[in-house]
Amino acid sequence: MAVTATETEAHPPSFLRRYVFSTDHKIIGIQYWLTGGLMGILGAFLAGLIRLQLTWPTTQWNLLAKVFPVGMEGGFMKPEFYISLVTMHGTIMIFFFVSLTLVSGFGNYLIPLQLGARDMAFPFLNMLSYWIIVPAILVAAASFFVEGGAAGSGWTAYPPLSAIPEAAPGSGLGQTLWLIAVALFIASFTMGGLNYVTTILNLRARGMSLMRMPLTIWSFLIAAAIGLLAFPPLTAAAIMLLFDRHLGTSFYLPEGLFVAGQLLPNGGGSPLLWQHLFWFLGHPEVYVLILPGLGVTFDVLVPFTRRPAFGYKVTVYCLLIIAFLSMVVWGHHMFVSGMNPLIGEFFSIGTLLITIPSTVIGVNMIATLWGGKLRLTSAGMFALGTICFFGVGGLGGVFLGNAAADIQLHDTAFVVGHFHFMIGGVTLLAIFAGSYFWFPKMFGKILSETLGKIHFWLTVVPFYGIFVTMHFYGLAGAPRRYYSLSQYGFLDDVAWMPLVMSTFAFAMMAGQALFVVNVIKSLWRGQVADKNPWEATTLEWTAPSPPPHGNWGDALPVVYRGPYEYHAAMGGTDFVPQTAPQKGG
Amino acid sequence: MGKANRPGPFGSTSGIILAAVIGALGVGVFVLGARRYLPPVASRHGIGIDAMLVYLLVTTGTLVVLGHLVLGYFVFRFSRGREVSSSLPGVRAERIWSIVPALIMTVIAEGGVLVIGIPVFSELYTEGPPSDAIVIEVTAEQFTWNVRYPGADGAFGRLDPSLISAENPLGLDPSDPAGVDDIHELALMYVPVNRPVRVRLRAKDVLHSFYLPYHRIKQDAVPGMTIDLWFVPTREGEFDLACAELCGFGHYQMRGFLHVVSEEEFERWLEERRG
Repeated sequence: MAVTATETEAHPPSFLRRYVFSTDHKIIGIQYWLTGGLMGILGAFLAGLIRLQLTWPTTQWNLLAKVFPVGMEGGFMKPEFYISLVTMHGTIMIFFFVSLTLVSGFGNYLIPLQLGARDMAFPFLNMLSYWIIVPAILVAAASFFVEGGAAGSGWTAYPPLSAIPEAAPGSGLGQTLWLIAVALFIASFTMGGLNYVTTILNLRARGMSLMRMPLTIWSFLIAAAIGLLAFPPLTAAAIMLLFDRHLGTSFYLPEGLFVAGQLLPNGGGSPLLWQHLFWFLGHPEVYVLILPGLGVTFDVLVPFTRRPAFGYKVTVYCLLIIAFLSMVVWGHHMFVSGMNPLIGEFFSIGTLLITIPSTVIGVNMIATLWGGKLRLTSAGMFALGTICFFGVGGLGGVFLGNAAADIQLHDTAFVVGHFHFMIGGVTLLAIFAGSYFWFPKMFGKILSETLGKIHFWLTVVPFYGIFVTMHFYGLAGAPRRYYSLSQYGFLDDVAWMPLVMSTFAFAMMAGQALFVVNVIKSLWRGQVADKNPWEATTLEWTAPSPPPHGNWGDALPVVYRGPYEYHAAMGGTDFVPQTAPQKGG
Repeated sequence: MGKANRPGPFGSTSGIILAAVIGALGVGVFVLGARRYLPPVASRHGIGIDAMLVYLLVTTGTLVVLGHLVLGYFVFRFSRGREVSSSLPGVRAERIWSIVPALIMTVIAEGGVLVIGIPVFSELYTEGPPSDAIVIEVTAEQFTWNVRYPGADGAFGRLDPSLISAENPLGLDPSDPAGVDDIHELALMYVPVNRPVRVRLRAKDVLHSFYLPYHRIKQDAVPGMTIDLWFVPTREGEFDLACAELCGFGHYQMRGFLHVVSEEEFERWLEERRG
């Protein structure tokens, strides 16, 4: 049940209940934001190791040999360790960085504040969702140190590689721990999703009709809904995979498998079943991450253009159409999988339909600038960067949704470049845009603009350098998940690319350190933020910075208008908060 | 709210820089993409796949440049401290701004796949190989390719996984006469130029993917399934075969070779191997 102001003031909670096992959505949101951030740093570290191997495979790294005595024995990376790095980089970035920071972090923090509610609908469930993530992370991290190392079947965990412990070093205990970590993540995400949908539908402030909700809230609502629909099949799939691994079932294992010198007794299953179940989740999951990225981008962009979001209603409808289509196009991950090719043609046409609402959202973002008066803050610049990434990433998707083009591009670096622009880039920039924008609300301090802008340049430009290059590396035919590509003649012409990508990658990593410095420095002695430092219109800016438990004092805000009223000059300002009564009303 | 607590003014200089960089990034993508990266095509249907790819590179490349330039121009124009426009976009403007880009995208994405893409995909996958095709069986395993040609009888011998051993990697059944003259190669394929090649693709242990970069062929090998693929090699030479589906730590070294030779040379090679 929702907390009331009097309830929270009557019993000042202990430190532990207040900051660690808190049921306050803001604390939980910040916990997710921080945890996700730390996991992002870990994921970036793994990416750095991958780049080292791909660029300087013959260099001896003695320091790394001390950290990973098995995987980096003698200072040289083993192929199985490389595959574990690829697997865990993807797993950590998708499930434990972007999901946690963007969806769980901003979602928990913003939903009640932007809706005018005191807390989420189920605060205890909310706390539980966070505390289930902690063991999930510990299990995933521990897998690096077990025999055989961390899981080595890619973040997609395709059987039979992931189903047969003898098939690869990482398919032993490491793979079991991977499955447990992902299962815990799904449990947590399901709790969060239930909370999001219930809160958004039931706890809106008086006057906050659906069509007056900020686009961030719309995107969280839609993302939570598709998450709730798409995750259960993967849960079932993961349990069946555990059964195949440990109880001798054969859901994914056909007859006649001959692995590591032995004929296996299994029979009757199909590896393709996993791919269908996995991508039935996996593709909607992309939108679970991207849609909030788009919503956040709108909400950050609009206050810095001083213009309403262009085509609000159309954007909402487009988000809904994308959500629907996302559930019926998973097969485009399987054009060359051995699935019936006729279905491939259906999935190809269906997938490319998504480009239409996506284009509309993209041009609506650009059009929001028209007639405005831009304030180029770090937050606003990151939001502009998100538009660019969405454009490049989206257009790359047109290649991969096309079954004929996909024959050449499937499982190459082109795919890796593409999804880094989308679930890596759009979301990353949205996370930064949101962080610069809502940091004053979260912590009462404003992040340094100077550091923020350097951070922006050191993020966006290197990102293009890495991942645009990676697209063309893939077009030249470079397969993904390769420990070494030096022996293949068809890559001679593009042998210069790995060094370019790595140089940009390390530049970008250095740039991210500035953000960490900025957060610490600004928390310590940053400029103090008032209630509404960006002169924005949505409800969170009517609460104190940072808001107290319960968010508002005795009275909850009442909403009289839409979320983006920046046009009319009223009383010397160029914005009208959602709480301002209509004239004569 | 106190003005002192607000971040300072944001001048137009940063707007000009930002606009310039956004534009430059878009142009940069286009310039980088204007080079030729695809390995020279060596198969008949590959020409169709390349046509698809080039069409997409040109159309989406144009959109990338246009999008960046428009966004850059907007940033340049609207960051110069002028007054906010007080008029709101009309319903008509909103409709046009949505419908026109949506139509352009529909034509590029769906038009491309329907007119160029699906015919190629369909020829390759649903029509199947012509009857005069050379039939080769390829069985992928960690971390190599077993290549089998039927002998003079034109029939493959029966396989039984329970007979697999170091000397008999495919589990060829010695009691089947059809298998006596089968030819077995490791990571090596010989095919005649300009004749359809039909590959019956299998896997022994985990997923692999049969990837011929020059021939625009990629097909997963799935344990428990025999998947047919076919192509017509159009150039003689030695070409790379690689694995494109993660299959374990040796994934990267699953290299094979496709030798495309003249019809006579192929017959000679076949004779020699039949010994």
